[in-house]
Amino acid sequence: MGGHLAFGTFSYDAAHLLGGGVLVLSFVLLYQRRLTAVINTYALQAVVLSAAAAWQAWVQDAPHLYLTAGITLAAKGIAIPLGMHRIVRQLQVNRSLESALGIFPSMAIGVGLVTLSILVVLPVTPQAQTLTREELALALSVVLMGLLMMITRRTAMTQVLGFMSLENGLILAAVSVAGMPLVVELSVAVLVLLAFAVFGVFFFRIRDRFDSLHLDNLDRVGGMHR
Amino acid sequence: MSVVVALLAQLLHIGLMLLAAPLVVGLIRKVKARLLGRIGPPILQPWRDLARLARKQPVLAENASWVFSGAPAVAFTATLAAAALVPSFALGMTGAPLADLLVIAGLLTLARCALGLAGMDVGTAFGGIGSSREMMFAVFAEPALLLVIFTLSLLAGSTNLDAIAGALHDGALGLRVSLGLGLIAMLAIAIAENGRIPVDNPATHLELTMVHEAMVLEYSGRHLALIEAAAMLKLVVWLGLIACIFVPFAIAPAGAPATAWGLGLLGWVGKIGLLLLGLAGFETAIAKMRVFRVPEFLGIAVLFALLAVVFLFVSQGFA
Repeated sequence: MGGHLAFGTFSYDAAHLLGGGVLVLSFVLLYQRRLTAVINTYALQAVVLSAAAAWQAWVQDAPHLYLTAGITLAAKGIAIPLGMHRIVRQLQVNRSLESALGIFPSMAIGVGLVTLSILVVLPVTPQAQTLTREELALALSVVLMGLLMMITRRTAMTQVLGFMSLENGLILAAVSVAGMPLVVELSVAVLVLLAFAVFGVFFFRIRDRFDSLHLDNLDRVGGMHR
Repeated sequence: MSVVVALLAQLLHIGLMLLAAPLVVGLIRKVKARLLGRIGPPILQPWRDLARLARKQPVLAENASWVFSGAPAVAFTATLAAAALVPSFALGMTGAPLADLLVIAGLLTLARCALGLAGMDVGTAFGGIGSSREMMFAVFAEPALLLVIFTLSLLAGSTNLDAIAGALHDGALGLRVSLGLGLIAMLAIAIAENGRIPVDNPATHLELTMVHEAMVLEYSGRHLALIEAAAMLKLVVWLGLIACIFVPFAIAPAGAPATAWGLGLLGWVGKIGLLLLGLAGFETAIAKMRVFRVPEFLGIAVLFALLAVVFLFVSQGFA
């Protein structure tokens, strides 16, 4: 295995394992059938992500990543899931989910996406460190899985959760690349919080208008049907 | 010296398997009962059940053929052979060169097929349904298992369980995402293979939900004793398989003196105990899924095993 920097060392293995954990939780998000379970899985993903960030902070000796880990844990591991649960209670949303595709086909597509991102990332980054390359592949997979979740799920809540989990992939990419400035991560985190607030308002508006969070209703107000 | 020691280890191992299997089942039932707030049957109850059944004469249906009366023996023997190959307290037993993962999977499949044929032999609708469902699960569980075996053999460079366990014991392979994904797949397969709760309920005789129990519904007497013993052994085989691959600590390495076995035995009891507590807790916390969702559940095991292979290719730099 010559030529692979830091291959087989414990710090590399643990970082890889944590990144893999974030990806597995993306699959679990696709597998869940209940809204509350999806929210809890999202919170768990954020917790694993913040552990990955903290681990990278320790390995790279970059204290500002501890801040990222803290923000991730506080905002996405605790605040947003709590807010989501509150919205679910207030809006009396239907808690069972439906998927545009079956569970198994969407997970099969997920595996295809992971393979795709590995095939894309590895050839274009031959000169980077092994750790960085594979973390990038994992992060791109998480981003693509978030997109897949936004496509296959039909209600507004789950689409927003798909968006948030996509953003988890971005953070994973940011923490695993050495030397990413803190400003970038901070602004992404703030943007997501803002987006969550905007989405929250939208949930209430959609709900007032259509009595449901089902997005098929939005097709009717689009220009095409007038 | 080493031949004798290896043979002794092998014989002790087989004895341990036969002794432990009913105890493990009894312990799981006890823990589950306690978690549900019942006192539960004594831990030795499965032993007593087996002894009682073994004394009784089997009742055969009029049209039962030799398949029906031969299947329990085939199933028990095949499962016992698999149990003899999965190491518990020491590596390097006499059977180690035979302990190929594919052989173990094949022996377990042989046992399953024998019972599947027997379920259809008498021609009752119930046995037929049970057999067809059991085979349906097998169709999904086998490829997942083969993919996990593929992953392990890529990592360790061999499909021999002893070699794999030895390589993992030495820690040369480190922590791998592939191993984590393989573990998830393996747990799902183990649950389905043993008919544990989200897939099948081992304690029920409720018509619509049973799979394994429906298949062996026609059996009685000493035939049933063999089938129950085979099912208990199979559970221990799977627990031991997971323990020696994914928790490769405290096992006596090949060629170690017999004094190292005590620690290995303690380690094995500890690992199996933890797995058993986890299984009992999991079964108490979760509801059984519909039969037609099981292929989906196992399909996801296949996908995780596939991901394990994909990641292995990445970290070995083949892509």
